[in-house]
Parts: sequence; structure tokens; C-alpha cells
Amino acid sequence: MSGHIVLRARGWSLVYERRTLLVGVAMLLVCAALSVAGLLFGDYPLTVSEVIGYLLGDTTDQLAGFFVREQRLPRVLLAVLVGAALGISGQIFQALSQNPLGSPDIIGFTTGSATGAVVQIIIFDTGPAGAAAGALLGGLTTALVIYLLAYRSGVSGLRLVLVGIGIGLMLGALNTLLVARAALTTAQTAAQWLAGSLNATTWHQVLLVVAALALLMPGVLLRARVLTVMNLGDDTAAGLGVRVERQRLILVVCGVALVAVATAACGPIAFIALAAPQLARRLTRSNQAGFLPAALMGACLVLGSDILAQRLFAPTQLAVGVVSGTLGGLYLICLLALERRKL
Amino acid sequence: MITAGRTLWLAFALISSLLLCALSISVGSRSIGLTEVWQVLLHPQETTEGVVVMQLRVPRTVIAVVVGAALAVAGVLMQSLTRNPLADPGILGINAGASLAVVMAVAITGIASITFYLWFAFLGAAAAAVGVYLLGSVGRQSATPARLALAGVAITAALSALVQTIILTNQEAFNEFRFWTAGSLEGRGLDITAVVAPFIAAGALCALALAPTLNALALGDETGAALGVRIRRTRALTFLAVTLLCGAGTAAVGPIAFVGLGIPYLARAAVGPDLRWAVPMCLLLGPAMLLAADIFGRVIITPQEVQAGIITALFGAPVFIAIVRRRRIEAV
Repeated sequence: MSGHIVLRARGWSLVYERRTLLVGVAMLLVCAALSVAGLLFGDYPLTVSEVIGYLLGDTTDQLAGFFVREQRLPRVLLAVLVGAALGISGQIFQALSQNPLGSPDIIGFTTGSATGAVVQIIIFDTGPAGAAAGALLGGLTTALVIYLLAYRSGVSGLRLVLVGIGIGLMLGALNTLLVARAALTTAQTAAQWLAGSLNATTWHQVLLVVAALALLMPGVLLRARVLTVMNLGDDTAAGLGVRVERQRLILVVCGVALVAVATAACGPIAFIALAAPQLARRLTRSNQAGFLPAALMGACLVLGSDILAQRLFAPTQLAVGVVSGTLGGLYLICLLALERRKL
Repeated sequence: MITAGRTLWLAFALISSLLLCALSISVGSRSIGLTEVWQVLLHPQETTEGVVVMQLRVPRTVIAVVVGAALAVAGVLMQSLTRNPLADPGILGINAGASLAVVMAVAITGIASITFYLWFAFLGAAAAAVGVYLLGSVGRQSATPARLALAGVAITAALSALVQTIILTNQEAFNEFRFWTAGSLEGRGLDITAVVAPFIAAGALCALALAPTLNALALGDETGAALGVRIRRTRALTFLAVTLLCGAGTAAVGPIAFVGLGIPYLARAAVGPDLRWAVPMCLLLGPAMLLAADIFGRVIITPQEVQAGIITALFGAPVFIAIVRRRRIEAV
């Protein structure tokens, strides 16, 4: 124990372990640095002072101003928002199921979103907006079905995960079937969407995601402590005055909505929801990652992945999901390889 | 549970598998009566029926039996090894490794034929699994269950990303991959079975031999050690068996969802968690499930087919969910 930092004000207090706080600040700095890098790098290179000028409304170079304000800034913001949403969602489900495999990637919510979009692309032949609507609808419907099927005088974390895996397998098979039976070009469009991408991000998307997060985040962040108590077991939590079933429902709904919004905005970005809480947990060396470290880690991962996706083989743009899968996977591999402590 | 009950379950599983074998030879876009099938099997002839049975239906049935058994046994070993009821052999990176090998083989050589990339798929699966094991056991006495699962997820993510990169840029590889990944028994001749069967047989024997030891290990590492189990060796051998079984099975027919996850549940529900009974039960139930899926896929939209891997997921998952809802979730 390296000591605690206690913040007190009238009516409330916060206790942070020093390490958690330091790691949080470090991740915040990394996130800020990556955001700046996202604004600077591109096929049209700019300096820091130029970027600041254009952000503040400089109009000497119309084209550069357009790149910064209409392309790079929304893209960076969306990456941060989506990463944070995925990190928090992953943390919710991993904590509820007390299993690192309980993240939304694996228990079917992401697959449900993908099914919604793939149906739109392959059967109804719609564009990106239709795919996004399909993803949102698909994710929420899937989650509702999973919750109802897992409900049996209450929902246990493990049953939710198992039912989710079952539904996820079904929907995954459906996706494969649709892709295998579609014409080759349509199938390729679907595959592109399924890889996840932040290309052609508009302010429109950013504002929608901001609105969704503004609605969901307070409810989630206020339940951080409830989630910690629930980890002691349902009976203990009930004894400590937590209305377990109700709290779980709220958390599940928020977690699902977060992942559905993120997927609708830019397709399924692989692995962030699973990796971000695990990585944050290892960096802070605590049992549970906590929402803010998980969110920051998610934001850093998506931002970093997106910059690499744009620049690695420029001018060829990779899908951000491809890079995030590689990056997150490799990072987790390194952590596992270096970690000699007991898991 | 009393032995008589378990024996009855085994007999039941055996009989259903045999019935489904007969059905699998008989049913298809050209239906052939069971008596006729029997005639053709006894006296092979050059009639249309004879060719259909001997060239198409029998090889298909044989590979369904072999791969179904392999995947189910791999699943039960995997769940016991990781003490994680969510563990599917695919978690070891086997599907991802095989997928990457297939798309690379097709992208580099341009040859899209299962007989060509079968070995690549097997080697890819084995390489990924070994990587997961090494990563899961690095720096500690032996691979712990949670680390193994995480290592598998990490390596799967990295490999799948590479697969996606290739299929997004190479149309031919994408086209082959989208059919391979659905998991089909179609067009798998006896030559394919002949390649994978020895590996699967070795894996199955290994599983049967390991069952008592794994039973002891299920009580926990300390208790297991106190009972004389050499933990490290047992884990490594179990892992080897899973790799042989699931790697060879996946290489032969592509990733088949749910057999490795769901059949162990059914088997334990029937005969209890004792692996000396659960492993044989999986050996019999796995083929039954894959056969049933394949038959159904053949008749559901004749004259076209739906791949067996899709049917196993679409129809296996509801059964799985029903079990999860009905029973208390059994500790593994």
C-alpha cells in the first residue's frame, strides 16, 4: 500500500490510492498527447501553432482549416468518446460477471450490433447511416433478449454471460451465413464495416455520441461504489442495503447502451472493451479497474490505434479495429509475459 | 450417480449416433432408402445411388463422426483444464491460428483448395495453441487457468486482426475465407479424414488416459498435488490433447461453433462431472450433434445447403440457453 489520497468537501469524500491517481494522471497525459498527435499528423502535415490557430478560427488557409476543424478534430473526439464508452462498458460487464471473458465483445452485444448493420447492408442495401441505425437497434434488441432469457427470479452474472455467449454464437453464425451467401462486392462492404473504422467521421456523429454519453455517464459513474459492493456477492450486497437486482438492471442497460452507441458510430472496434479494463487493472494494481482508468485506457487505445491505422501504411488507410485488435492483443501479451505476480 | 444410469446414458448416446449415421447416408437432395443403402454398402455397385453413397455420403458421415468427437472431447478437456465453464477450445487461439494460416496460404499461393491448405491450417492452429500455452505459463510454475484464458484471448485478437487485414485487401482470400469460416463438411473426402484421423485418435486416447488425473486436479492444485498429481505435466499433456483434437478437427472442416462448448455441458448434465464418464459421453454425443447439424443443413433449403457450422450455432445455442436457464450452473 503506497498510501491514500483523501479529498473531502461538505457532504462527500473521495478516497484514492496514490498509485491509481498517478496512473490516471499519466493516462490522461498520454490521451492528451495522442489527441494532439491526431490533430498534427495526416497527409497534410501541420505544426502545433498552425493547428492551434486553425482551431481558434484562423482562415488564412481554407483547406488546412477544413482538415483540422471538419476532419481531424471530430475524428479525434470520436475516438476518445468511443474508447471511453467501450472501456466503461467492458468494466461494467467484467465486474458484474467477475470474469474477464464477460466483456460485451464475447457475450454477444457487439455481435448483435454487427448483425443489425450487416442485415441493413446485405439485405436492405443501405448506406452508412442505415448501417448505424441497424447497429443501434441490433445491439439494444440483442441485449433485451439476452436479459430476458437470463432472467429467472433475478439475473446472476454468470447466467447472463452464458446466455450472452449462446446468443452471440447464434448471431455470429447468422452474420457468417449472410456474408457467405451475399454477392462478393456486398460481402466486402459488410466486411469493411465489420472491421470498424473512424474514416469520414463527421461532427454529426460526434454530437450524437456526446448526447448519448451525457445521458448515460452520470448514472454509471455514480454506481461505481455500488458495483464494488456487489462484488462481495449478492447476499452481502443486499445486506449492505444495495437493491441488487435493480442496480444490476440499470448497470446492464447503461453498459449495453454504451457499447451499442459506440458500435453504431464506427463499427465494432475489436478488443477495446475486453482489454481496456484488464490493462487498467494491471497498471493500477487493483482488483477492479474502476471506471475512470478503464475509460482513459479505452480512449488511449482507440486514439493510438486510429493514428496508427491512418499513418502506418499511408496513404493506405487500415481499419481501426484491425489495429486495435493487434495493438491491444500485443499489449496484453506483453503484460502477461512480463507479469510475474499472481494473477 | 449410480453406474447403471450412466451406462444407460452412454448406450442412448451410442444408439442416437448410429441412427444419425444411417440417416446421414440416406438423406440428401437425392433420398436413398435405408435398405438400399445397406445393399450398396454390402455390394458396392456403379449405379448413381452407389456412387452417391460411396463417394459423397459415406466420406461426409465419417468426417462428421471424427470431427464431432474431436471437438466435443477437446471442449470437455478445455473446460476442465481452465476450470472455466466459458472455455471453448477456440479460446486457445486455435480458430484464429487456423484462419490466419488459411488466408495466408490462399493469398500467397492463390490456390483455394482444402486439400492444399489443410496442413497449413493444422500447423497454424498448433502454432497458435503452443504460443498461448507458453504465454500462459511464462514466469510461473505452471499455466494457471485464468492466465491461459487471457493469453488465448490476447493472441486470438492479434491473429484475427491480421486475418482481417489480409481479407480486406485480398479478394480471393476473402472469398475463400468467408466459406471456410462457416464450417462445412461438404466436399471433404476420405483423404482428408485419413490425414486428420491419426492425430484425433491420439488426442482421444490421451484424453481417456488423463481423465482420472484431471478428476483429482479438479479438487484444486494443492489437493491434486497432495493426491500425487504432477500438475505441470498433466496440464501440458491435456493441452497437447486439446491441440491435437481441436486443431485437426478445425483444419479439416473449418471452425465449428458450439460443439466444444455445448456438448460438454450436455454430457455433464447426463453423467455428472466425473471425466471418466464425461469424456466417453462427449466422444459419442459430439458426432451425434455434428451429424444432426449436417443432415439438417442439407434438407433445410434443398437443393442448396447451409453449412454445418452455422446450423450447430443456430440450433445448438437455444438448447444451451435452455440448459443454462433450467439448471444451476455446475462448477467444473
